[in-house]
Amino acid sequence: MMMEFTTWDIVRNLMFGALWTLGLSVTAFVLGGIVGLLVLAGRMGHTPWLRKSMRGYIEFFQGTPLLMQLFLVFFGISLAGIDVPAWLAAAIGLTFFTSAYLAEIWRGCVEAIPKGQWEASASLAMSWLQQMRYVVLPQALRIAVAPTVGFSVQVVKGTAVTSIIGFTELTKTGGSLANATFQPFLVYGLVAAGYFILCYPLSLYAASLERKFHGSAH
Amino acid sequence: MAYQFDFLAVGEYAGQLATGAASTLGLTAIGAVLGVGLGVLGAVSRAWKLKPFNYIFGVYVEAIRNTPFLVQLFFIFFGLPALGVSLSEWTAAILAMVLNLGAYSTEIIRAGIQATPRGQIEAAASLAMTRAQIFLHVVLRPALGKVWPALQSQIIIVMLGSSVCSQIAAEELTFAANFIQSRNFRAFETYVVTALLYLMLAYFVRWLLAKFGERFVSRRRVAA
Repeated sequence: MMMEFTTWDIVRNLMFGALWTLGLSVTAFVLGGIVGLLVLAGRMGHTPWLRKSMRGYIEFFQGTPLLMQLFLVFFGISLAGIDVPAWLAAAIGLTFFTSAYLAEIWRGCVEAIPKGQWEASASLAMSWLQQMRYVVLPQALRIAVAPTVGFSVQVVKGTAVTSIIGFTELTKTGGSLANATFQPFLVYGLVAAGYFILCYPLSLYAASLERKFHGSAH
Repeated sequence: MAYQFDFLAVGEYAGQLATGAASTLGLTAIGAVLGVGLGVLGAVSRAWKLKPFNYIFGVYVEAIRNTPFLVQLFFIFFGLPALGVSLSEWTAAILAMVLNLGAYSTEIIRAGIQATPRGQIEAAASLAMTRAQIFLHVVLRPALGKVWPALQSQIIIVMLGSSVCSQIAAEELTFAANFIQSRNFRAFETYVVTALLYLMLAYFVRWLLAKFGERFVSRRRVAA
């Protein structure tokens, strides 16, 4: 059966796909942030094997393609005999990916806090957890906002790769529409515009945060 | 029944993996040279406000940085033929990588160029250096030296991103992995090995770029 697609049909379908892109981005960013905090704690804590393994975790996810990570999650879970839906593999894979990058970004921010702050809080008999919670993190958070928002753009763009493992988000919807309408130029142009609409405000916000904090912090 | 891992089933295809890895390295090498070259042009146009190129590069940078590489690749490979521009999978892959890296390196190198102290340019001019000499030796080289670590990371990100070029049937490392797992039905083992190969490629490229940077880019110390 042939179906005629008007431009509005294409746009409407793409908007629906973009909702899945948005949902996956938010999920991966929130869960990745939580896992990233745990990775950060392990990476900066006082347990040597934990430090080493978290360093390995970060290096693996920063040194391999996101597509490989998604394949590994997708086929790895199915080894256990569980049939993984694409959305779940996509969410898990992107969460790992996001957590590794955020942990590394935040580590830079924590390390930017002067050593004297650690020493002063240690001299007040604070435990490591208290030092982190009351002295270091509140200050690190300030510098962390801009690069964290900036990284969210990478997460949104990263979701496009999940189309390859079969998750029907914006890019995959675009692929199907391009095949059905024989208008790949228009469809992929619109897909790109969709990502731009999602990402550009985040980029602008990150840049404005950077200017703001750079002005007042130094 | 517990799953039995079989990495030997991947070993049989070592040749294909090696060819794929070499293709990925080749793509990265061409992409890096042309992409950084494009980045230098963009950075100069943006830093020195050369109209109208600074506006063109401004739009280009934002367009590329706010859309996924995969979509850029599909647009070039599937979309452009509608305008009569048909590219082979390799040309499309290289074009996409160059355009992608070009945008990021424009911004990276621009930061380096803008950090050049004015006094150095004035000092060079007072030594009767030509504009070309000043640009090459006083502006560009120190600028590249300052931002080399960032460029290095970006080149590696582009290399890892090139794994999606398998989707337009460019026969690089991921394409080889997809082919192998369709033959030996050992998807997990195949992708574990491939992921580790990418990790090794990333370390190798990082090492190579660091060496290259030390030799050609970083500021050499001048005897006092």
